[in-house]
Order: sequence, then C-alpha cells, then structure tokens
Amino acid sequence: MNTKILGAFAAVALLAACAQQADTTAGGGDKKGIVPGSQEDLVANVGDRVFFDLNKSAVRTDGKATLDKQAAWLKQYASNNVQVAGNCDERGTTEFNLALGQRRANAAAAYLKAKGVAATRMTTISYGKDRPTAMGSNEQAWAQNRNATTSVR
Amino acid sequence: MIFLPSPGFRRREMLVSAASALMVAASPEAVRAQALNGASGNSAAIDVAGARVEPIPIAIPDLGGSDGASAQLGRDIAGVITADLARSGLFRTIDPAAFIQSGPSRGDTPNFNNWKPTGAKALVTGRTEAQGGGQVRVEFRLWDILPGAQIQGTAYTTSQANWRRIAHIMADVIYERLLGEKGYFDTRVVYIGATGPRDRRSKRLAIMDQDSENNRFLTDGSWLVLTPRFHPTQDKIAFMSYANNRPRVYLFDLGSGRQTVLGDFGGMTFAPRFAPDGGSVVMAVANGGGSDIVRTGLSGGGGRKLTDSGAIDVSPCFSPDSTQIAFASDRGGDQQIYVMGADGGGAKRISFGSGKYATPVWSPRGDLIAFTRYGGDESDFTIGVMHPDGTGERILSSGWLVEGPTFAPNGRVLMFWRETRGQGSRGVGFSSRLVSIDITGFNERVVPTATDASDPAWSPLIA
Repeated sequence: MNTKILGAFAAVALLAACAQQADTTAGGGDKKGIVPGSQEDLVANVGDRVFFDLNKSAVRTDGKATLDKQAAWLKQYASNNVQVAGNCDERGTTEFNLALGQRRANAAAAYLKAKGVAATRMTTISYGKDRPTAMGSNEQAWAQNRNATTSVR
Repeated sequence: MIFLPSPGFRRREMLVSAASALMVAASPEAVRAQALNGASGNSAAIDVAGARVEPIPIAIPDLGGSDGASAQLGRDIAGVITADLARSGLFRTIDPAAFIQSGPSRGDTPNFNNWKPTGAKALVTGRTEAQGGGQVRVEFRLWDILPGAQIQGTAYTTSQANWRRIAHIMADVIYERLLGEKGYFDTRVVYIGATGPRDRRSKRLAIMDQDSENNRFLTDGSWLVLTPRFHPTQDKIAFMSYANNRPRVYLFDLGSGRQTVLGDFGGMTFAPRFAPDGGSVVMAVANGGGSDIVRTGLSGGGGRKLTDSGAIDVSPCFSPDSTQIAFASDRGGDQQIYVMGADGGGAKRISFGSGKYATPVWSPRGDLIAFTRYGGDESDFTIGVMHPDGTGERILSSGWLVEGPTFAPNGRVLMFWRETRGQGSRGVGFSSRLVSIDITGFNERVVPTATDASDPAWSPLIA
C-alpha cells in the first residue's frame, strides 16, 4: 500500500519537476537584461532548485544535472557565495520537516562540494514546510515544494 | 469575616509582590484572594469525579454591585465565568431567562427555593464593588442548592482592568470544587499568528488568554517564528526564530521582552520543550543528515547531547516526573515515537500503528502521550493519545491536517491546530485554526484567533 502510493507520488513528482524546469529554468541562451552572475542569471540560465521525492533527501538524476550546472556557474562566478535552502511539502509536521529540509539542503550542498564548490562559499538553512513556492494542496504543488533552492548571498 | 490563609491564598499574596516589582504588559496582573466566612471543607454533595459525566447544571446570576459601574463589572464577570464553564462541556449553565430571582440576594444566604425550580444544582452568588484607586473587590460564594450549603466563599481584589482574571480564577474554583480536579481557565496560550498568502507568509509569536481574550503579538513578523512553549513556572517562552537567518531556539522573557539564544550547538536548533522544573530545555539540533536531542540550561550552559543516532531525532518531551523523554525518530525507517531515559539511552519504540507518529507530548498527569499521526492508510492526519508504554491508543480527532497537540495544565483538554485544504493551484480556501478537545474525544471546538493560527502551547495555571 505504502509503496504503491510512494510510486505514484514519485511519478507525479518527476513530471512536475520537468514542468517546473520547462517553466522557470529554460536553460540555453541568455535572456535580455539579466546581469551575468546574478541571482536572476542563476534562475533563468542555470536553475536555482532541485526537487526531491516524497520524504526523501537523495539528489535525483535530474537534480544532479542542475547541480552540475550550478557548480560550473559558481566556478565561473568565483566571488559568489550561496545559501542552499531545504524545503518540504505540507504533508508532514513542522518539526520533522525542519530536519528533513536540512537534510535536503545538506544533500544538495554536499553534491556541490563534491563538484568542487568550496564549503566556505555555501551555507545551508531549512525552512521545513514554511516556504512553499506552490500554494496548491495537490501532488503537483507538493512536488515543487520538496526542493533545495540555491540563492546568491 | 475570618481569614483562612490557605496555600492558594499565600501563593496569590506572593504574586502581588512579584508583579508590583515588575510592571509588565505581557505578564498577568495579580489578584488577591481572601476567604469569606461560611466556607466549609468538603461538603460538596455533588460528587462527579470521573471521566464522563452529565454536565453539572449551574446558575450564575450577575454578581451585582451598588452602583452602575460595579453592576456592569458584575455582569461581565458572571458572563466570563458562564462562558468558561460552558465551554468546558462539563457544566450546563442555566439560561438566565429561567431565573426566578433576577437580582442578587439580600444578605449572604440565597433563597434556595427560588433556585431549585431552575434545575440548577450549584449556584454562584456574589457582589462586585468598584473601589478607589481603580481597584475592584468581588465577593463570591458557591452553593450546593439541594442541601443549601456553602461550598466556597472568597473575596478577590485586583485592578478593575484585571477583572477578567478574577472571573477565570472563580471559574477554576467552581470547576475544582465541583469536579474534584484542578481547572484550567486562569491560563494563557502562546501560538503563532499567520497572515498573508502562503508563499509570503508573515508569522508572529502571539499570546492570549485561554478564552482568546487579551490577544497580543510579541514579535513583529520580520522573521519567521515557530513552535513556542511555555515555561512551567515562569513568564518565559521557548520558541524558534529565524532572526538574522540563523534558525535557533530562543528564550523570550515576557517581563522584559528580552530574547536570548538557548545554547550554542553550531547548527539549527528547534523543537524545544522545558524540563518540568523549568531549569533546562530539551530540543533538537541539526547534525549532518539528521538531528540529535540535546539538553541545555536556560543560561546557555550545561549543553549535553542525549541522542546520536544519525537519524532524525526530534520533538523531545519530558515525562512530568522528569525521569523519561518521549521523542520522534525515523531511526527505524518511518517516523515513530520512542521513550528513553532522561539522560538519553534505553530508547524504546512505543508506536506501532500504520503511518508515521510525530510530536509526542506528555500529559501533565503522566498517564498519556498525545501525538500527531499521518501518512498511513488514510490521507487524513489525526490527533491521538496512548499510554506511555504504547498501549491504549485512541484517535481523538482527524482532518486534512491536524497537528501539534498541547495539554491544558490539568491534563483534561488538548489544543492543536487544524488546516483546511486549499483548492486549485492558488490553494483557495486554506485556513489554519486552533482547536480544543476533551481528552475523551468530545467537545471539539474552534478557539477563536484574530488571524490564522498554529503551534498552540498551553501555559501552566497562572496563580
């Protein structure tokens, strides 16, 4: 029973993640008016967030691709320091989600570190379920809200 | 008029001196109590101790006064007592329209023949007198109508602005004398008040009386705040704040308004709860891929790690006798509730139903642990209780999201919060409300708040 639900969630999560990337992290050519090396640049041309499966903190394959690009971008803009914020969907308790969000932030930061980003350039924070980007109460929104979001500090 | 310096009386006297040294907005003002003649020991013929009883019919006419201002105050006080007792579900307050005698009795002893036909078993009488210096004195007597015996007689004095506390204290006396257990009306609730859309939520630390009055916001919403908890004996709150983007557990002194970080563990600290003696706090600290349970003194010293499982160990809560700590952990896979010794170690899993168990909180009576359960066969979240050995699980309430139970100081009532599911991509219709429920699972009701609300924590009895 649980496994079945998990599987369904994961599938939806993958779909939603792709949709999200298509929407906000088109990749490819630079957009007009965006300062290279800025947060807007990171969002528009690299992808500022990676998504997680339900109750999981392992970086997924699609997330690794995004983090690879983030690592390259951070190598290019070596004066940028970043904060990696871990987030959760609303289907858990506040206190547990604070820990789970921290796990996700740590997992993303650890991946970036493995790709050569100095640990001293990164901080992590968890907002648990308190910083949703999608406001719906459905699988699509939850898939977007299970993330680690990188922002220039 | 005789003075009976009961322990309660002395306690209240002490409160006076403490409060006068410290003029404090958020702290409760003192009420002086004085025994009236005629108070008998344990004459209450109404013996209703027990889990579920028929509500006790009680008549609470206005506690009138000799002038207009006093009479109004007397009406207001009777109204608050009536509301407190009715809300508990354990009393049936008689509609004043059924009163034969509308005004207060002349003299001290009521004419019981005027009250028997109302169906009331208990009767409250009293007098309210506004005094010089903005003070008010309220005489209050509780009667057992059938034998015509006085159960309690006390006079209270405080400032007129503090009249609601007198009413709550009287409601507690009535509750205790008629039910045989302590009340919970002279208490407050800290909680998180939330405004704004969910992706740009502003959350503020808030405090109010248990009947939702005297609401006050303690932080301005600049930083996210979460999970406040009341100190067991002092006007202090432990809570989590994201001040300066460093999420840490803070101690908030209601007297001075000062906030201080609790302990220094190098990472995020969260999910605090006070030890029963108030001398220390247990909380979680993020550590690598998980979180550990730590204990720290209120002044910051004495930090000590109690768990180190590598998993997420979170939401610690002491047993009222301080010998054990319940907490939630995903060390075995899904999140479950464990109980360990107060120094850590010997952790034993106590929850075994389907789904995940979270936010264990020990009843002040020691006999129950309340929890949040979710993620099982049902999509709904539930609030339940079980014995500390894991037996006797009972679900009290359920819903799209219900979370975070907190016990009234007498262990009889739980408060938690309930969210409604938002519809569509904008989450239209989302709301977050505080809810109270009797531990029998009856008498669930919304606790009104000025804004959306979550994370309630009940104070101890004030006096």
